[in-house]
Formats: sequence, structure tokens, C-alpha cells
Amino acid sequence: MIRRAVRYLDTRTGTTPIVRKTLRYLFPDHWSFLLGEIALYAFIVLVATGIYLTFFFVDSTREVVYHGPYVPLQGQHMSEAYRSVLNISMTVRAGLLIRQTHHWAANVFIAAIILHLFRVFFTGAYRKPRGLIYVIGVTMLMLTLLEAYLGYSLVDDLLSGMGLVIGYSVGLSIPFVGANVMSWLFHGPFPGQSTLWPRMYIAHVLIFPVLIGTLLTVHVLLVAMRHHTQFRQTATETERTVRGVPAYPGQAPRSIGLMFATAGVLFLLGGLVQINPIWLWGPFHTYVSTNGAQPDWYLGWLIGALRLVPSFDLVIGKYTLVPNPFWGGVAFPLVVFGFLYLWPAIERKITGDTAFHNLVERPRDNPLRTALGIGIVTWVLLVFIAGSSDRVYVWLNVSYTSQIDIYRVLVFVIPLLAAAIAHRVCEELVAGEKVERDERAAEAEARLART
Amino acid sequence: MTAHVALAVAIAALSTGQGKQLYGQYCISCHGANGEGVAQARTIGGAPQRIQEQQSARGPSLRGVGALAADFYLRTGYMPLHRIGDQPRRSRVLFSDLEIRDLVAYIASLGSGPAIPRPQPQLGNLAEGLHLFTDHCAGCHQVVAQGGVVTGALPPALDDATDVQIAEAVRIGPYVMPKFSETAITNTQLNSIVRYVDWIKHPDNRGGWAIGDIGPVPEGLVTWFLAAALLVALCVVVGKRLKRA
Repeated sequence: MIRRAVRYLDTRTGTTPIVRKTLRYLFPDHWSFLLGEIALYAFIVLVATGIYLTFFFVDSTREVVYHGPYVPLQGQHMSEAYRSVLNISMTVRAGLLIRQTHHWAANVFIAAIILHLFRVFFTGAYRKPRGLIYVIGVTMLMLTLLEAYLGYSLVDDLLSGMGLVIGYSVGLSIPFVGANVMSWLFHGPFPGQSTLWPRMYIAHVLIFPVLIGTLLTVHVLLVAMRHHTQFRQTATETERTVRGVPAYPGQAPRSIGLMFATAGVLFLLGGLVQINPIWLWGPFHTYVSTNGAQPDWYLGWLIGALRLVPSFDLVIGKYTLVPNPFWGGVAFPLVVFGFLYLWPAIERKITGDTAFHNLVERPRDNPLRTALGIGIVTWVLLVFIAGSSDRVYVWLNVSYTSQIDIYRVLVFVIPLLAAAIAHRVCEELVAGEKVERDERAAEAEARLART
Repeated sequence: MTAHVALAVAIAALSTGQGKQLYGQYCISCHGANGEGVAQARTIGGAPQRIQEQQSARGPSLRGVGALAADFYLRTGYMPLHRIGDQPRRSRVLFSDLEIRDLVAYIASLGSGPAIPRPQPQLGNLAEGLHLFTDHCAGCHQVVAQGGVVTGALPPALDDATDVQIAEAVRIGPYVMPKFSETAITNTQLNSIVRYVDWIKHPDNRGGWAIGDIGPVPEGLVTWFLAAALLVALCVVVGKRLKRA
């Protein structure tokens, strides 16, 4: 069957050498190399469900009156955009399933990218000759955050409107250009002109997906050209050998299996677990709000940062140069992404290691990098957790202000502590291995002496 | 309406004796011997046409608060308060129904105040209720009435609030909640709000497992601890098989 298909292609296109090469491509032999694939498959689910949603979504803020089947909103004034998403959730066939799956897929997509990033970072897989692949990956993460935020905003429900206000305010806080950029994007002050929704929509369904899709293709092609990294499996293994399972019959069936599993999990969530019940939130108007409004998880770190930064602006004379939201909303993510972009170069400077590396290191083999990584992850994680302090107040009754005060100290102390512990654990693990090796060598020697 | 008042007065005359006794037992230390209160209230902000008051110490005067306030604070278990200065929380009701009626009658007899309201949610309009609730209440109580956070207080979730209690709370504005006059929210509008709050106790969770009806925080928890955990586990399983192959 496959042979016939290959022959069919070959006689018409002469692609057999490429096909053969692809089928014989060796995949590294460790589960952590599959995390990126989850992101890829979540992206496919996102595109597929997203296409279905575009059939029914209306990118207009024209005010309409709702007359659909959902009683609590009947007769209410709302934007056409919000009404169309209500209809997707209420009357469109499989609309709610697809919408919820789309939203879960977005949440899982970003989670998978971050897990994949952890694997790449903590094993040093970003080193030469894969620097470009890594930079593209980090860029995709950034684009994904923006893309997801646009999707969250397009619905024009109460939460998305409140999220848009925050985004707008953070944008305004950028020194010198903020106000101009935001009134250019929104076509005027918040809540923007009727042109805003088509702009956001085209960015969400065309510009960003095409950018991400293109970068994704380049990312994967570059991986194939540079080949995957792999863990060292024998002590004598060099940087020049490639070990692993061939694409066919080894990897492909498993990968396809993983694709179906990912899609299965996402559709199960979409069908069984309610996400963003916009009919309960109601439509957004500039004069209404709800308590406990939160962004989706992937922007929680920015809300946390906005909450934690003490109240101060950079004022020169009578001119406020840097308004407060800048620190948490712009400077903080810039620092995090700046670190991600620059780290490979910094590491090369520190270690003086500019060689090619096809073998990745285990986290314990490079205690400095591991400690630094753990420190930064802990830092961002704590800021992220601080973002949900209002819900924690409701659930655990720890006062909001005292939580914020505690976090303001913890975000500096705990990361250092975590880094120190990580460093120590790495060293101990390596030392433990050396003890085991020595013991084995001694035993072997003893056996040799007995005979 | 007049019949109600007459009835209330008649009951009051009969039961104020018992009520006064209970008052002396549980309320007198904070609210004073004859309900005159023990401290001045101070204004802590508010907005045009809305005065926000907080008791700096001990209890406020109960003269003129009427049956409405007494009924609300006693039947929610807000009173007696555990510690002065705390936010009153819904807790175990200390008194029997009869005792509450006696106490309420006594407090109502201290001055002329509003009677217990009788909301009629069946006359209200659900859509209007959602609209009014979003306008007036959701900023603190969350749009699905799951409660939230404001400076210095925790606006409660409204799961346990009865129709009468909702109507009472709107008129009193317990703790830091603003009080709404009948001009701000008419009785007809109040019927709609009560109807909405009743409805939202069992909202339309057509999407499946509701995970609390408060949006992104539990959604993030599900993303990581359910979906991501499951998918990583799948990777480990598939990765293991690769080794054997």
C-alpha cells in the first residue's frame, strides 16, 4: 500500500529520495521530545475549530437587541459580535462544543509551548547550531500570547471588555509613544471606533495565525535540517552520531497517536468542562464591571505584576514620563522575554563555549543554568500566583493587602532560595552518580582480583 | 399594606416583652440599654447621593432601623457579631424563629422604621434582573453572584440569600455595601433583581462542568492539572514504548 503510494508519487514527481530520507529520519528517544508535538497538534485543533467559528462570528460592534432563546438576555442591548458568539453557544449546531474546544485548545497550546520551552532551556538544546530555531520558538510564544488575548477580546462579553480596558491602559503607559500607538490601534480613545473590531478580527484570524503558521513551518524544517538533539546514551557517544527511532515505522504511528490523543483530550474538555460561559457574563458596556474578573491563565503573570508593583510613577517636573502600569504590564514581560532571547548569547559569553552541540545536557550536568532557570521560573510563577490573590482571599480568607505585602517580599526571596536548592540538588545528583560509578568500578576490580 | 402594618403592630404589642428580654441578654452590650447605640458612625467615603458609614466602635443606634434591618441581621446570623469591627458573616442563627420574631418586634417598637419587605420575584423580569444586577451589584458580588473582594471587605456569594434577605440587603446596605433607596431601585426593579439572584443559584451551565462559574482561575487550574498533566503522562507512556521498540 505504502509502496504503491510512493511509486505513484515517484513516477510523477521524482520525490522518492526525499520521501525515503523523511521516513528514515531518526527521532530522539525520550518522552520530553514529544512536548513540542502537543503544541503542534493543539495548533492544528485551533485552526480547525477556528475556521468553523469564522462561519458564524460577526466582527461588528453595531448595537443590536437580543431576541434569541436565552431568556436572561432577551431584550438587552449588545454588540453584534457578542450576539453572534451567543448564537454560536446557543443555536449553532455543535457551536458550543467547537467554541469551548477552541478555547481549551488555546489554553493547552500555550501550556505545551511553555513545557516545550522548559525542555529546550534546561537541556541546553538552544545552543549552536540551533540558535535560530530557539529564537523563532520564543517569538512564537510571544505571538501566541497576543493572538490568544485578541481571541479573548473579540467576544465582547463583560470579561473581554474589562480585559481590553487593561490592555489599553497598559498600552497608554508606554513612554512617549503609548498614547499615539493606542489611539492609532483603537482609532481613537477607548472603547475605540467601529473599525477596531474588524482590525482585531483580521489580526486574530489571518495575520497572527499566518505568522505563527509560517514560523512554525520554519521552526520544524530547521529542526529537521539541523536534526534533533539527543541525550547521551553511552559514555563514549560523540556529538557526531545520531541515534533514535526512524520516522517510519517507529515514530510516525506514535506521533499520529499523540495527535489523536491531544485532539481527543481537547474535544473531551470542550464537551464536558465549561469554559468562559459568556452568556452568564453578559455583554460589555463601558459603565459595567464584575468582581473577580481575571485574564486567561497565560496572562495571569501580567495581572500579578500589575498588582505587585508599588504605586509610583516616574515624574519629571510636571510631566509623568513613565506611568505605573508600565512596570508590571510592559517592563516585566520585556525583562522575561529579553532574558529568553539573550540567554544563549550570555551563556556563550560566560562559558566561552561556542562549539556545536548535538548532545543535550541533563539539567544536573549544568547546575548554573538549571539554578538560573529554576530561579526565573519561580519568580514568574510567584508573580503569576499573586495575580489570583483576590480569589485566594475569597477561598482561603487571607486578606488581599497582606497577601500583596507578603508576595512583594517572597518574589525576591523564594527565587534565590529555589535557585540555591536547585544548584545543590544538581551537584548532589552528579556526586551520587560518581559514587555509584566508583562502587561499580571497585566491585569489578574486586571480582577481577578474585579470579 | 395597611393591614400588614396593623398586624405587625398587634404582634409587636404581644411579643415586645419577650423581645426586650432577649435584647437585654444578647444585644444590650453593644447597642445600648434602649437601643440608642454606643458610638458615633463615621463617614468613610461613598458617592453623590450615597453615604457610606462605618461604626468606629460598639454598635449603632437601632432606633428607627425598623423590622427590616433586625430581621435581616438576625436571620442571616450576622448578629450577634463575633467581634466588634469584623465584617458580619453568614453564620449559625442563634435564635429560634419565635425568638427572632419577638426580637424583631421589640426593635421595630424602638422607633418608626421600615417593615420587612415582601419581594415578589414571580412578578419580576429575568432579563431586567440581569441588567440591573450587572449595573448595581456585579461590581462587588460578581456577575454570577459568586462573591468577590473590595477594599476592606468580602462581598459574599449570594447562594444562601433568601428572597426577603436580598430585598432587605438592598435597602439596608449592610457593612460597606451601599444602600439603595426606592428611587434608586424601585420595588418593581427589586423583584427583577431577586428573580435573577434566585435564577443564578442554578445557572444555565450548558457547557458542562461549571468549575465554579467564576471564569479563568479554575479554567487555568483545569488546563494545567487536568489537560497538561494528562498529555504529559501520555508523552511519557508513548516515550516508554519507543524505548522498547
